[in-house]
Amino acid sequence: MDKNNLLINLTDISFSYPGEPEILDKLNLQFSRNEKIGLMGPNGSGKTTLFHIIMGLLKPMSGNIEIFGKSIREEKDFIDVRMRIGLLFQDADDQLFSPTVLEDVAFGPLNLGKSKDEAIDIARKTLEFLDLAGFEDRITYKLSGGEKRLVSLATVLAMEPEILLLDEPTTGLDEKTKTKIKKTLRELDLSYILISHEFDLLSEITDSIYTMDKGKIIFDKEVHLHEHVHAHPHGSYSHEHK
Amino acid sequence: MTVEELTNINSLINRIDPRVKIIEVFFFSIVVAVSNSLPVLLSALIISLGIILTAGIPAREIFRRLVPVNIMIIFLWFFLPFTTEGKPLFNIGTLAVTHEGLIYALRISIKSNAMMLMLISLIASTPIFTLGHAMLELKMPRKLVHLFFFTYRYIHVMDKEYIRLINAIKMRGFRPGTNLHTYRTFAYIVGMLLIKSFDRMQRVRNAMLCRGFKGNFYTIRNFSFKKIDVISIALMIAILIVLGIMEWTKITYSSI
Repeated sequence: MDKNNLLINLTDISFSYPGEPEILDKLNLQFSRNEKIGLMGPNGSGKTTLFHIIMGLLKPMSGNIEIFGKSIREEKDFIDVRMRIGLLFQDADDQLFSPTVLEDVAFGPLNLGKSKDEAIDIARKTLEFLDLAGFEDRITYKLSGGEKRLVSLATVLAMEPEILLLDEPTTGLDEKTKTKIKKTLRELDLSYILISHEFDLLSEITDSIYTMDKGKIIFDKEVHLHEHVHAHPHGSYSHEHK
Repeated sequence: MTVEELTNINSLINRIDPRVKIIEVFFFSIVVAVSNSLPVLLSALIISLGIILTAGIPAREIFRRLVPVNIMIIFLWFFLPFTTEGKPLFNIGTLAVTHEGLIYALRISIKSNAMMLMLISLIASTPIFTLGHAMLELKMPRKLVHLFFFTYRYIHVMDKEYIRLINAIKMRGFRPGTNLHTYRTFAYIVGMLLIKSFDRMQRVRNAMLCRGFKGNFYTIRNFSFKKIDVISIALMIAILIVLGIMEWTKITYSSI
C-alpha cells in the first residue's frame, strides 16, 4: 500500500461508552485513496462510533489516529479533518437545521470561508447534481424522508470532501431514492466507507465488504460466498462464485 | 400544535424590509404601552386593525392568535373592577365596581390587543428565519437569535416526538384519569421528551461541527431598503407623532 495514498490509518483504537464494555477493542483500519468499502455488522457493534471517532466527535480511550498522513490528536486537528471528510448522519433531521434547503446546503461552504455568492452557487450546483433543482426554498422539516436524505447528502457533497463516511444512507428509503443514491455514489470519484445492513447494496457499489465483530474490523470471507457479480480490483483474497 | 407561517400571502406588508418591520413594531408597542388616554389607545387599536387587514391574514387565524392573550385579560376583568380604588358605579352582591377599575381593565385590554395585532401582522408576514436574520442585522445578541432559530426549527421535531409518544400510549389502551398511574405516565413522557431533546441537541451539534461550524451563522439573504420601506417608516412616524400629541398635550380629553 502506497503511503501517500493512505488516507485514514487507525491503530489500536479502543473506545467504550461510560459504564459499558468496550465497543471498539484495539481496532485497526487502513483506508486508502479510491477505496470504496462497505461495513456491516449487527446493531450496536460500533460502526457509527467508529465514524464519530474518525470525525473527532468522540475521543478514543487509546490508540492512534492518522488522517491525510498527519497524526490527529486535538480538537483543532479535527477541524481540518472535518473540512475534508464528509459524514452523512443516520438521521437526516439531525443534519438539516436551516429552515430552507438552500441555506442548509450553503452552510458548509460558508463555514469553509466561501463568499455568500460562491456558497449559493455551490449549493445550487450541488442540488442540480442531485436532481434537486427547484428545492432551494423548500422548508427542510416539511420534506419527505427520501427528500431529507438527498438534501442531507447535498449538504455533505457541497463541501467537496475527499472522503465520504455514509451511515446507512439508504435505510428506510424507497427503491427510487435508493437507486438515485447508488447512482450518485457511482458517478462520484470519491473514496468512501459505507455502513449498511443491505448486502446487495454493498456488493453493488463497494469493492470490498468488512464486518465489525467484537470491537474489531474483520474481512469476512463468508460474506463473499453469496452469489454476486462484480470486479475484484484487489483480487488477492480467496472467494468463490456459485 | 403547529406553527404555521402565513408568509405566502402576497401583501403590501410582506414586501416591507423585515428590519423596518421590527423597528416599527417596537416603537409602536412602546408608545402604546406608555399611553393612558382612551382615545389614543382606541386610535392605536383601530390603526393596528387597519394594518392587519391589509396583511391579508384570514380572520379565523387572527382570532386564533388573539385567544391566548385575551384569556389572561378575562382574568383581569374578574379582579380589576373590584379591587381598584375609586368611585363606585354599582354593586354586585357586596362588591362595588369602581369607575376607575373598569377604565383600568379596558385600557389593558385595548393596549394588549393593539400590540398583539401589530405583532401578528409582523410575524405572519415574515418567514421566521428571515426575522432571525433581520434581528442579527439589527445587532441583537447573537446567542439570543441562535436560540430563536433552533427553538423554531426543532419545535416541530419535538412536537412530532411528543405525538409519537402519546400515540404509543394510546395504542396500548391508556386513558388519562385522576390517578397515580396517569401522573406517572405523563411524568415519563415529559422526562422522555427532555432526554430525547438533549440527545438530539448533541447530534445536531455534531452534524454542525462536521460541516465546519465555528459559532457563526452566515446569512445568504440580502436585505435591501426600498421605496416601500421609506413610505412605511414615514407613515409610522406620523402615526406615532399624532398618538404622542394626543396623549401628552391632552387636547382631546376632558372627562375620562
